[in-house]
Amino acid sequence: MILTNLKPTKEKINTFLPLGSIFVIFAFLDVLTNTFLNQNITGFLPQTLSYIAPLLLGYIGFYLIRIEFSGIKFLDKLNKNINSSNFNAFLTLLILFIIIKAISPLMNWLILEANFAGSSKDDCTGNGACWVFIKVWFNRLMYGLYPDVEQWRVNSAFILLFALVGIAFFVPQKIKKYFIIFLLFVYPFIGIKLLSGGSFGLVYVETAAWGGLSLTFIISAFAILFCFPIGVLLALGRRSSLPAIRYISIGFIELWRGVPLITVLFMAAVMFPMFLPDGTFIDKLIRVLIAITLFEAAYMAEVVRGGLQALPKGQYEAAKSLGMGYWRMNVLIILPQALKLVIPGIANTLLALVKDTPLIFVVGLMELAGMIGLAKTNPKWLGMAMEGYVFAGLVFWIICYAMSRYSQNLEKKLSTER
Amino acid sequence: MSKIIELKKVNKWFDKFQVLKDIDLEVAPQEKIVICGPSGSGKSTLIRCINRLEEHQEGNIIVDGTELAENTKNIEKIRAEVGMVFQQFNLFPHLSILDNCTLAPIWVKKLPKKEAEEVAMKNLTRVQIDDQALKFPGQLSGGQQQRAAIARALCMEPKIMLFDEPTSALDPEMIKEVLDVMVDLAKGGMTMIVVTHEMGFAKEVADYMIFMDEGKIVERAKTKEFFENPKSERTKLFLSQIL
Repeated sequence: MILTNLKPTKEKINTFLPLGSIFVIFAFLDVLTNTFLNQNITGFLPQTLSYIAPLLLGYIGFYLIRIEFSGIKFLDKLNKNINSSNFNAFLTLLILFIIIKAISPLMNWLILEANFAGSSKDDCTGNGACWVFIKVWFNRLMYGLYPDVEQWRVNSAFILLFALVGIAFFVPQKIKKYFIIFLLFVYPFIGIKLLSGGSFGLVYVETAAWGGLSLTFIISAFAILFCFPIGVLLALGRRSSLPAIRYISIGFIELWRGVPLITVLFMAAVMFPMFLPDGTFIDKLIRVLIAITLFEAAYMAEVVRGGLQALPKGQYEAAKSLGMGYWRMNVLIILPQALKLVIPGIANTLLALVKDTPLIFVVGLMELAGMIGLAKTNPKWLGMAMEGYVFAGLVFWIICYAMSRYSQNLEKKLSTER
Repeated sequence: MSKIIELKKVNKWFDKFQVLKDIDLEVAPQEKIVICGPSGSGKSTLIRCINRLEEHQEGNIIVDGTELAENTKNIEKIRAEVGMVFQQFNLFPHLSILDNCTLAPIWVKKLPKKEAEEVAMKNLTRVQIDDQALKFPGQLSGGQQQRAAIARALCMEPKIMLFDEPTSALDPEMIKEVLDVMVDLAKGGMTMIVVTHEMGFAKEVADYMIFMDEGKIVERAKTKEFFENPKSERTKLFLSQIL
């Protein structure tokens, strides 16, 4: 008799749904009050039972909701996605409760109990994060040891870059070409001159003083700019029919892929100058840039080669049959298709490149993460590692997420599928 | 009459396997030749040798007075004069139909863009897909794609057209629209070498038929004679099976 009463029918719609909802609501209410108001409303129960009460109640509620023929679209969707079986209902509840439990301490640390005002470690009295640390060091985190009075040069170099890129998006196709050539071949030299100075009335700033987020950008931008064409050439070289070019490409790629970046950087900074003739000097930053570029180019080459191999042979034959030579065939037909195919792989490599930049600390250069490493060891600011690395993580995440979104956008834009 | 294509004692191997055996072939300007034969007989390889998508190891191939040899410049020159249509169309999927047609004229023949577009539209009209010019290959049916591929080859204003089983990858109802275009092209006086199993098409346009088997030319005859009175037993057997 009881069992038959527990089976829902179309007539009993109004029993199961409200009952189930009450159970679920009560379960969540219990967790929420427990977390945010420190009130245990199931406190009258034995301790263990009280602990698992919300799970138990929610589980029963979800069960009642699941067996109901409510005919409500929203509930059907909910049942299908998060409440399709007993096990799924249990997992759903567990995950939601863990999220609710985790949000509270996280919010406390990040915002509610954090300190924003002040100018020294002593101003941080709360239990939360000490964002004063980031505020006080912000300038250094952005510009490294670049002299304060000269920082307008870094700003103007980046503003110029962003302005040029921004304008390039809006100008008509015909002029766009010249903009891109200017950006690729002229701007880097203007940028470097502006940053390093030494002429045009600008004070010389040695590259050892460059640092912080601006150095992250400089290294990433240069390496991305140059590793891409080198990688494409290596990929083509590895598939060349000329044995000399093929073996040189294979050798180069396998050499650089087989060595850890940290070793490469160390070699570039410490060992390479020993092989140079006396009196010649190449700036450390440039050596590091070349090392990172060649290292990432080897990875890029393999990504691009994947795209080249995915193209059907017919594309090569069609291009050849129209009288195109090797370069025209590759530039006009093969690469546009192959590169489009491997946009996700290219984005992957470039993201990895950006996140590899902190490794330059081994040669004494300090970009964002390196500057945080320096700041947290400052005697006045000991114990601020957590704040620093959370900040660095957030900044890197924003940069990388933006790049990732851009690559997805590009993929969509270039798609010519039906 | 001078010959536009001459093959003398051409031999070709894939590793140890000989695919072409002592091929002799002469084609005069404006002649239409249909090559047929069982699969694996080397007919595709033969026409791919004519624009050197395949290399031959022995013998001479002379196209329009230029010998095909290692010289890259000669090869590119000949390819620009010899149009080719493939079984799988091989349109460039990242370019619109119009760009497919103008790319080679602009970059290989150095035509100004405007002129190349005029030529392209003329040829697209000829194959009756001028209304699809701005679409991408993926948006067209198989028959339309193959006609676009023919138009693309025609835009280079070739002296010779090679067709490598142009209708084999098409649905039956689309074969006719492609064959119609090829018949029209033949009537316009193009020199054509066609590898196909479409015997109706062969009877209508071919001057000569060539039957190949196991890398050899077994029979070469005027079309009428080839179908009505084939000489070799192998040809008779083949024709009895496909007609």
